[in-house]
Amino acid sequence: MNKPIAGAPDGEAWDTGAGSLGEVDRYTAVGKSPERVDAMKLALGKGTYADDVALEGMLHLKLLWSPHAHARIVSIDTREAEKEPGVRCILHHGNVARIPYTTAGQGHPEPSPYDTFIFDRKVRFVGDRVACVAADSPEAAARAVAKIKVAYEVLPAVLDPRQALLPGAPVIHDEPEATGLPGFDKARNIAAAMEVDHGDVDAAFARADLVLERAYSVPYQAHCALEPHSAVTWLDEDDRLVVRVATQVPFHSRRILARILEVPVQRIRVVKPRIGGGFGGKQEILLEDLPALVTLRTRRPARLVLTRAEEIVSSRLRHPQLLRWKSGVMKDGRLVAQELEVLANTGAYGAHALTVQTCTAGKTLPLYRAEAYRFLMKTVYTNLPVAGAFRGYGGPQGFVALESHMDELAGMLGMDPVEFRRRNVVGPGDENALAQALGEGKEGPPQRFRSCAMQECIDRGMAAIDWARRPTLPRTGTVRRGMGMSCLMHGSGIPGVDMGSARVKLNEDGSFNLHVGATDIGTGSDTILSQIAAETLAVPVGKIVIYSSDTDHTPFDTGAYASSTTYITGVSVKKACEGVRRQLEDAAAEMWRHGGDPCDRAALVVKDGAVCRPDGQRLSYADICLSTFYTHDQHQIMDHGSHMSFECPPPFAAHFAEVEVDTETGGVKVLKYVAATDCGVAIHPKSCEGQTEGGCVQAMGYALSEDLTFDAAGRTLTDGFRHYKQFSSLDLPEFQTILVPSFEPSGPYGAKSVSEIPADGPGPTLLNAIADAIGIRIRELPITPEKVRRAWLAKQAEEARS
Amino acid sequence: MKIELKVNGKDVAWDCAPHEFLTEALRRHGLLGTKRGCESGDCGACSVLLDGEEVPSCLVLAAQAAGHEVTTSEGLGDFAAPHPLQQAFVDHTAIQCGFCTPGMVIAAKALLDVEPRPSEHAVRECLAGHPCRCTGYVKPIQAVLAVAATNAGGEAR
Ligand code: FES
Ligand code: FES
Repeated sequence: MNKPIAGAPDGEAWDTGAGSLGEVDRYTAVGKSPERVDAMKLALGKGTYADDVALEGMLHLKLLWSPHAHARIVSIDTREAEKEPGVRCILHHGNVARIPYTTAGQGHPEPSPYDTFIFDRKVRFVGDRVACVAADSPEAAARAVAKIKVAYEVLPAVLDPRQALLPGAPVIHDEPEATGLPGFDKARNIAAAMEVDHGDVDAAFARADLVLERAYSVPYQAHCALEPHSAVTWLDEDDRLVVRVATQVPFHSRRILARILEVPVQRIRVVKPRIGGGFGGKQEILLEDLPALVTLRTRRPARLVLTRAEEIVSSRLRHPQLLRWKSGVMKDGRLVAQELEVLANTGAYGAHALTVQTCTAGKTLPLYRAEAYRFLMKTVYTNLPVAGAFRGYGGPQGFVALESHMDELAGMLGMDPVEFRRRNVVGPGDENALAQALGEGKEGPPQRFRSCAMQECIDRGMAAIDWARRPTLPRTGTVRRGMGMSCLMHGSGIPGVDMGSARVKLNEDGSFNLHVGATDIGTGSDTILSQIAAETLAVPVGKIVIYSSDTDHTPFDTGAYASSTTYITGVSVKKACEGVRRQLEDAAAEMWRHGGDPCDRAALVVKDGAVCRPDGQRLSYADICLSTFYTHDQHQIMDHGSHMSFECPPPFAAHFAEVEVDTETGGVKVLKYVAATDCGVAIHPKSCEGQTEGGCVQAMGYALSEDLTFDAAGRTLTDGFRHYKQFSSLDLPEFQTILVPSFEPSGPYGAKSVSEIPADGPGPTLLNAIADAIGIRIRELPITPEKVRRAWLAKQAEEARS
Repeated sequence: MKIELKVNGKDVAWDCAPHEFLTEALRRHGLLGTKRGCESGDCGACSVLLDGEEVPSCLVLAAQAAGHEVTTSEGLGDFAAPHPLQQAFVDHTAIQCGFCTPGMVIAAKALLDVEPRPSEHAVRECLAGHPCRCTGYVKPIQAVLAVAATNAGGEAR
C-alpha cells in the first residue's frame, strides 16, 4: 500500500482501517445486496415525495416567465391580476429584497458567482423569473399570471458563447452587485476563467515526435428527473418556517435561504422527503425561496411544483462546451504533453460555472501520464437557459474530447487503441498531477492514486465484449458495425470540502436509530449507510432504523453530490458505530463486573447483536440497553461521527460498445454495452450495477438522441418529453456491468464512489465505435442520424473526387 | 359534479370539477402512488388501469371514469401482501428513486394480464412509454420477466 503523499496533512490518520480485499469475505452486511430500505414503500406507491402533502389553506404558486432572451423590465402592473378571485400574494422585483446570491448548492463560501436575485429588474433568458402569484388554487394562480402586465425594454441578446466574448457584445450582468472569484469578468461576460500549467508545457510539445490538435463540441443536456422540482412550505406551531423540498442539499438550502430571506438559520427547518431523482438538477436552491417568501408574507402553507416544460427551460442543464485538445506523443506511444482548452456556456447565470469546468480538466487530464499539462478555460454567459451541476460534473464533456483524441492518436501511431491507453494510463502509486491546481475554487490537497484496478477493468471489459471480434465485424454494405472503448476516472467527494456526519443510538430491542444528514435521492444511500452501520455493529441491516436529511433532526452533511455520500458520510457512520460498539462493550463489562463475574474488557467482541466473552457468555444489545436505561450505570448508549477527507480516490472504468450504423439513414443502434468499473468494494453490488446501468443509459441519450434546440430568439423548442428524446426501454442495448474489486484504504470498508463515472463513458465510447464502423470521426454530440448521414455523404463525395 | 366509479375494488362517489383530470381526483383522495411527471401523456408516471387497461390518468378526465373501474398501485398490494410485481421490483433492486415505479408496475400488470409469458421484447415495449431516468431499464425488465417466468403476475388479484 502506498503512503499518502508527503506534505499532505496528517497522512495515516485519514485511513479508516488498513484493510485489503481479503477481509471482504468476512463482511456480513457489506458486499451483499439486501432489500433497499425504502423500496417497498416506493413500489406500493406510498406518498413520500415533496408534493405528497396537502395542507389546510395551502396556496399554489405559478410563475410568470420572461418571453425575451434579454430585456429590462420597465414596469410591472399587477392590478388586474390582484383582482382575480383567490389571489393572495404577488411577488416581483418591486417588492422583494435584492440580495445577490448563487443558486448553486455548494459549500460555504460557494465558488460560483453571486449573480442571481430572487427577482431582478432585468431578465436574461427566455424562461427567466419575472413574477410569482400565490392563489387558493393552481388555476386561479395561472389566470392571475396571465393578467400581469409587464413592459419590457428589449435588449440585444447573445446566444453563442464565442460571440459573447467579442468586444461590443451585450453585457448580460451589468448590475454592480454581481461578484465572483478571480477570473470573473462580467464586463466581458466571463463567469469563470482559469489557466493552469503543470510542468514545462511548451518544451514538452517541442520534444514530442507527433502533435495532434482537435476541436470537439458537446451540447446542453436536460436532467429529466422524473419528479419535477417541488417545494411545500409552512409555519409550524412555533412559528418556524418549514421547507419540504425536493433537494440534494438540505443544509445548503437552509443556509442560503436564511441569507436571501433574511431569516435566522434557527428559524428554518429544511426537510428532504423521498426524492424522485436529482442528477445534479436538485443541487440548487432553485425554487424553495418563493413558497417560503409567500408563507412568510401570508402565514399560509404554500406549494410550488414546476411543470415539465418549466423543468426543462427554467431549471438547470448540463454545460455545453467547445473543447480543443492537443497532445504531444513520442513515436513509441508515450504521451509527453496534454493541453485542454474549454469554452463553456453557462447560460444566463453562473451556477457551478467554475467548478464544473475545472472538473472537466480534473477528471480527464491526469488519467494519462505526461510530462506537462495545460488547462485553459473560460465559462461565459449567454442569453440561454442556465447550466449547472449534472451527474459527471464536467466529466462527460471532457471525456468526449480526451477519449476520442486517444483513439485518433493511436491511429496516427498505428497502435491498437487499447494498447496505447494501457501504456499511458495511471496506476497505483502515481500522483494526480493536477489535484492541487484544480481545487474547489482554491488550491486542492495533493493526491496519489492508491486503489486502481484500471488494467483489470480493461481486461474484463475486452473479454466481455469479445474485443478480438473487432477486426471481423462487417464494414461493407449499408449497415456496418464497429466497436469502441474508453478509459475513465472520476472522484469520490470534494477533498478538503465535503463533510458528512452521523448519530447512532441504541434502543431496548437491540435496534439502532441512525441519523444522517446525507441525502438519498434515489441513489440508495440510506440502504448503503445502514449496511455500513450493520457491519460495524454486527447486526442485520433490519436492525438499523435510518432517518436522513432533516436540518432539525439530523446532523450536518454537505449533500448528495460529487459522488461523496458512500465515501464521506459512510466513514462518519462507521466512526459513530465504532463509538457505540465501544460503549456496548464497556457497558457489558460493567454489567458482568456488577454481577460479580468480571471479564477481560480487552477480550470482548461484538457478534450477532451481542457482546461476547471468550468463555462463551454473551449479553445481547437488548439486555444491555434495558439495563443501561433502567437498572444500573444508567445512560443512553449513543455516539456520533463526522468525516472529511483530504483524499479523493477515483473510481476507474473501461467502457466498451458495439454499434451498428445504417449509412443510408444515419441511424446508430447500440448493440452491446459493457461497463467494467473499479469502485473499490461495492457496499451494495446491485445498487452499484443500477447506478452504472442508469448512468450509462442516461449518457447514451446525451450521446445519441437528446437534442435541446433553440430558435433564433432563444426560445427552447424541445421543452417536453415528446421532443426531447431520452433513451427508452426499447433503445437499451444488451448491457453488461462488471464490478472489478479493489480495496480503497481511505474509504469505508474499502469503498470508493460509483454514481457519476458511468456518465463519463458513452459519449466517447460510441463516437469511437462509430468511427470504427464507418471510418468517419465525428467530434460533436449528439450524434444524430442527420449528422451521421451528412458526414457519410461528405465522405463519399470526397472519395469520388479523389 | 358527482361521479360514481369503482376505485381499487370499492364503489366511490366523488365530487369533481368537470375539467378535473383523473390524476388530480385520485391524488385528492389520498391515492398518491399516481405521480405527475409530465401531465402530457409522455411519461407513464400517472398510469392506472381503467377497466384493466393501462391509461395515463393525466389525459383522462375524472368524469370519463364515471361508471368504470380504476386500479392504482395502491390497489395491487400493500405491505402485508404486495403484488408479485411490486415484490419483484423490490427484489431485483429495480427501484432507485421510485417515482416511475408505480406506473411501471401498472403497465407490467396490464401486460401480464393479457400475456402471462411475454417475450423480453414485449416487456421492453410495454415499458417504452415509461421513461426512467435512474435505472436504465435493465433491472425493471428483469423484474417483470422474473414474474412472467413464474406466471404469477397473470393471476388477477
Ligand atoms: S404525468 Fe401522465 S403521462 Fe406523464
Ligand atoms: S427509478 Fe427513478 S425514474 Fe425510475
